[in-house]
Amino acid sequence: MTLFRFRRLLGRNLMLILGLVLVLGMSLAALLAPVLAPFDPNEQHLHDILLAPCATYPLGTDRLGRDVLSRLLYGGQVSLWVGFVAVGISISIGAILGLVSGYFRGIVDEIIMRGVDVMLCFPSFFLILAVVAFLEPSLTNIMIVIGFTSWMGIARLVRAETLSLRERDFVSAARLSGVSTARVLLRHILPNAMAPVTITAILGVGGAILTESGLSFLGLGVQPPQASWGNMLMDGKAYIEDAPWLSLFPGLAILVTVLGYNLLGESLRDLLDPRLRR
Amino acid sequence: MSSGEPSPAMDRSAGSKPCTTRASAQAVAPDRSTRSFPLRRLVRKCVWMLLVLWGITIISFVVIHLAPGSPTDMETTLNPLAGEAARRRLEELYGLNRPLYVQYLDWLWRLVHLDFGISMSADARPVMDKILERLPLTVGMNVASLVLTLLIAIPVGVFSAVRRNSLADRVLTVLVYIGFAMPSFWLALILMMLFGIELGWLPMSGITSLGFESLSLWGKVCDVTSHLAMPVAVYTLGSLAGMSRYMRACMLEVLEQDYMLTARAKGLPMSTVLWRHGLRNALLPLITLLGLSVPGLIGGSVIIESIFALPGLGQLFYAAVMARDYTLIMGNLVLGAVLTLLGNVLADVCYGLADPRIRSGARQTQG
Repeated sequence: MTLFRFRRLLGRNLMLILGLVLVLGMSLAALLAPVLAPFDPNEQHLHDILLAPCATYPLGTDRLGRDVLSRLLYGGQVSLWVGFVAVGISISIGAILGLVSGYFRGIVDEIIMRGVDVMLCFPSFFLILAVVAFLEPSLTNIMIVIGFTSWMGIARLVRAETLSLRERDFVSAARLSGVSTARVLLRHILPNAMAPVTITAILGVGGAILTESGLSFLGLGVQPPQASWGNMLMDGKAYIEDAPWLSLFPGLAILVTVLGYNLLGESLRDLLDPRLRR
Repeated sequence: MSSGEPSPAMDRSAGSKPCTTRASAQAVAPDRSTRSFPLRRLVRKCVWMLLVLWGITIISFVVIHLAPGSPTDMETTLNPLAGEAARRRLEELYGLNRPLYVQYLDWLWRLVHLDFGISMSADARPVMDKILERLPLTVGMNVASLVLTLLIAIPVGVFSAVRRNSLADRVLTVLVYIGFAMPSFWLALILMMLFGIELGWLPMSGITSLGFESLSLWGKVCDVTSHLAMPVAVYTLGSLAGMSRYMRACMLEVLEQDYMLTARAKGLPMSTVLWRHGLRNALLPLITLLGLSVPGLIGGSVIIESIFALPGLGQLFYAAVMARDYTLIMGNLVLGAVLTLLGNVLADVCYGLADPRIRSGARQTQG
């Protein structure tokens, strides 16, 4: 192993380590919010309105005197929750459609894949916006709608894997020994397609977090007083001149979290998929 | 996407991840591999696009009409003076009391005649007029930012591919990762803080200043430019990361090709090899990415226009959703889909024009 290759390997793992640290760090901070937060996130300190960061309020207070740090920590729970549930939904839909499409081929495949094309041509943020607004903005609705509009990539991926896996001997063996089709799909084919799916899922978490914060920023996401990074930014925008910390910190939290998921996903792809290694 | 933001940002991450050309091959429209006569390809593509558009209208129409709430809410239920009878009259006026499929067929019939119907808000203007007066701003900003993005992303991508793993390439890679994770609305807020408040160079909202009418022509141009500088910068920075990363991946692939070695071996200077032989081939996949980035840009306009208070399509759509103005929402969705599909077809045509291997595919097999 030359020095050059060693340094490249280190460089790649540096990304992985950094990604892991960011993801684990932000997740832990969110999960431990009840322990870590110095105040209740919705507690109003009306004597301490719009305070700059200081000893009592490490990241300052907002227009109702609520502690920004505590709200950030609890907002992290929202992001984490949205990211994982939305991606869980999109993986379930994508994996099932991809498996069916790749395994049965023919007319079924044709219909599902054309459906994927249609969904990809949707101005999806418009649709998400309309549906969330109509169904009353809430955390549950956002997760469902994001999940239902982001399964296309996974479906294509799983289909491609299934197309090649279904020709393999172990699949024929399973089929010949009388295993039901559903079992062949879920127990024999799906586990072998899990690596690329996991990577896409990790990258999807970052995307879902960004979408949620965008919706909340427009007032169509998580509703106040519950804190989410997006609606904290929306609140902060009105005070951008007098209290810039209200706009600064939530955005930084989104940036760091999404960066973590992207780094983790990309470096795992490099490690697990040698065909893409550069 | 994102850029775009989620949102556009979501779209941004879906549409323009730093992907290699192998990954992008999957994302391309279905009949890329068929190398038949270009005109026939184009016709087939257009027929397919119409079918996709039809599918989109069905899904949108059903989702929007079945969702709770109604366009009449704003003028009746929320208005204590209007009674049940008034609501029924309005519903009759808008045709909302008919079965869903009748409403859809009626709407579709009008769409075929390029009529988007009448807005269901109090002003009752044709949807087409409302959209057309908003269209130039949004499209103009997007085109401007697209040109800027390409002007920056292409040299940057080529540079980091040629100087792969150099310090500069690494710094650019870090910046690209940050660019991917950056929410567009946060970027907008930061720019406002910096250029609007700290430095006071640029106006923070709207499209013209107060005394706009009294300015000279040149003054008007400068005024609009300074108002649009920040929004265009946000659009540009949003798509820059993906575009330059993609350019880098394509260039890396081209650099490994035999014809590059040949060109070097026959004594051509490095700059000629890079810019004439390399870039031309590396640009091809970029065309496809441009076509795919349209939905992200349209989605992103909602957030960016709301931050900078710009009267564009995004704002129009947001207002339409809030008022449950069905015809206006459908008009916007159809327009968004048409722009997306146009981007797709255009990318396909340009790809064919730019790549002789596709253009003359039919003739090559003969000779």
